[in-house]
Amino acid sequence: MPRYVSHPDEVIVLKRRHGQGAANIDKYIELDGYKAVQNAIEQGPDWIINTMKASGLRGRGGAGFPTGMKWSFVPKQSPKPKYVLVNGDESEPGTCKDHVIFLEDPHSVIEGTMIAGLAIGAKMGFIYLRGEYRYLLKIVEKAVADAYAKGFLGKNIFGKEGVDFDIVTQTGAGAYEVGEESALMESLEGKRGVPRIKPPFPAVVGLYGGPTVINNAETIASVPHILLMGGEAYAKLGSERNGGTRLFGISGHVERPGVYELPMGYSLRKAIYEVAGGIKCGKQLKAVVPGGSSCPVLKADEIDVGLDFDQMAKAGTMLGSGGIVVLDETVSIVEFALRTIKFYQHESCGWCIPCREGTDWIKKTLTRVYNDGGQKKDIDNVQYLAENMMGRTFCPLGDAAAMPTLGFVKKFRKEFEDYIEGRKAGTPLMSEEQELAGVGH
Amino acid sequence: MRAEGAVGNDKPKSCGSGNTMAAVTNSIFSPELAARFDRLVTLYPLKRSALVPMLLYAQDEIGYVSEAAIQEIATRLDLFDLDVRSVLSYYSMLRTKPAGKYNVQVCTNISCMLRGGYQILDHCKKKLGIGHKQTTPDGQFSLEEVECIGACCWAPAMQVNYDFHEDLTPAKVDTILADYAAGKGKDVK
Repeated sequence: MPRYVSHPDEVIVLKRRHGQGAANIDKYIELDGYKAVQNAIEQGPDWIINTMKASGLRGRGGAGFPTGMKWSFVPKQSPKPKYVLVNGDESEPGTCKDHVIFLEDPHSVIEGTMIAGLAIGAKMGFIYLRGEYRYLLKIVEKAVADAYAKGFLGKNIFGKEGVDFDIVTQTGAGAYEVGEESALMESLEGKRGVPRIKPPFPAVVGLYGGPTVINNAETIASVPHILLMGGEAYAKLGSERNGGTRLFGISGHVERPGVYELPMGYSLRKAIYEVAGGIKCGKQLKAVVPGGSSCPVLKADEIDVGLDFDQMAKAGTMLGSGGIVVLDETVSIVEFALRTIKFYQHESCGWCIPCREGTDWIKKTLTRVYNDGGQKKDIDNVQYLAENMMGRTFCPLGDAAAMPTLGFVKKFRKEFEDYIEGRKAGTPLMSEEQELAGVGH
Repeated sequence: MRAEGAVGNDKPKSCGSGNTMAAVTNSIFSPELAARFDRLVTLYPLKRSALVPMLLYAQDEIGYVSEAAIQEIATRLDLFDLDVRSVLSYYSMLRTKPAGKYNVQVCTNISCMLRGGYQILDHCKKKLGIGHKQTTPDGQFSLEEVECIGACCWAPAMQVNYDFHEDLTPAKVDTILADYAAGKGKDVK
């Protein structure tokens, strides 16, 4: 069971019901649950969308697109049914925040889905969880069944004539790529999870060809809280153009790893040194991967930056999925870069050639370097490959593999050169067998 | 227009409306699972949407996705078996050969690696005497090195079948494996 953590600097919105047994529907109702959706039914779609726009909430999956604006793109009239799709295919290495939400507060996801449905005029929502989260799927399935039993889902919800909403839960079966929105729709339609070309965007042509809003589970879980507290009040908690709070999963070499709720714009340095208790065993910080494995690395002297989408972009990296991975002085960046690209090589769906071939050749080249067969030109080759993947694929997986790779070789070029010349930094973390065989799956 | 094509020739129907299912007599699945499949296909606007969950649930019951399972699922969804195979080969959790009764999946991705994920994997290899994607001779355990399982803040972590085990140490792994061997492990279905 995930360890519950807390810190005085946390600003609790999303975690309000965590640790209180809110997976139980009666407890959830006692803690103001299902009030927001009933108010939303009264107020209507325009009010919901305006509140969401005022909240400044931006997509918590990683791209940071303003949620209210996304919802407003869905055409009011549509010959095809509209859908709400919740992306709980949490697979970005370093990210485990949705895990906590599904475990502690599944009804907030259900309620948020219903509100999104009311906003866009959809009568059906899907909650998609990654296949590995079976125990969480059972929790969500139970929550959905309980909501049906109370008349909160189905026909004439909350006794309102003509207001219908259905929710279906869905499981994946192991594929990082399915976390990409169009690939997730393919998967939900019973196909291989390969991305679709855009445009058309999901808001116009999405699931089953109908207009679809697809949001990350944390984004959706934030919605009921925003409606309860008001858009402006939520926005004020965060920084400029970055409303509210978000869950940050701090992992790696820190004393108190865990999922913390911090206001947008909170200092990365404080998140590491105060909230997460500093570097494990009193060691020195070497680098931080600030928002899941696809975000370019920050060096130890680059962490005086606020944790919001704009400040992170200015610092040359991304806020991503909020998964902060901390590396101490003992880590070899060569090894860490290799482990990162091994993941993307394994997960590339093979649909686009720059990603399929690029990830494979970067992995091969870095493996050669790691196994002491590297040449100096390998570093340039890796950089060349990564640069040529950027922006040349259907979905962002190609970029997600290229961006961290570029970060590693550009910011730690000297370490790569030293490694090739036999001066290795850090203590190996991979096992002997792995060094030769690579991740064999 | 792939997105349009994605809809196929079936017209999307509203939830719960009568998706008819091809008749399956003599299901290879248990009556409970067959009934679950009967219901599952009615939940979606297009019944093909049930494919990935059906493959996973079939594997949960049989231990892997067998040839007979592929055929029956194809029949149930009005698909060619090739459609089913194409999807089956895409998802890393689906397998076409049996694994051990307890499939030990050790995460070695970045957050787990930093906190000793490879040590845990090596320990499992030694303890079980098997390597990646191998099964013990008695069929009790199989081992896999897997990518991020979403337990980064409680690393290093592993899953045994669907159960998460977190904050692992080699000693803790010993206890967990002994519990499963004695039939006392957690077992989420």
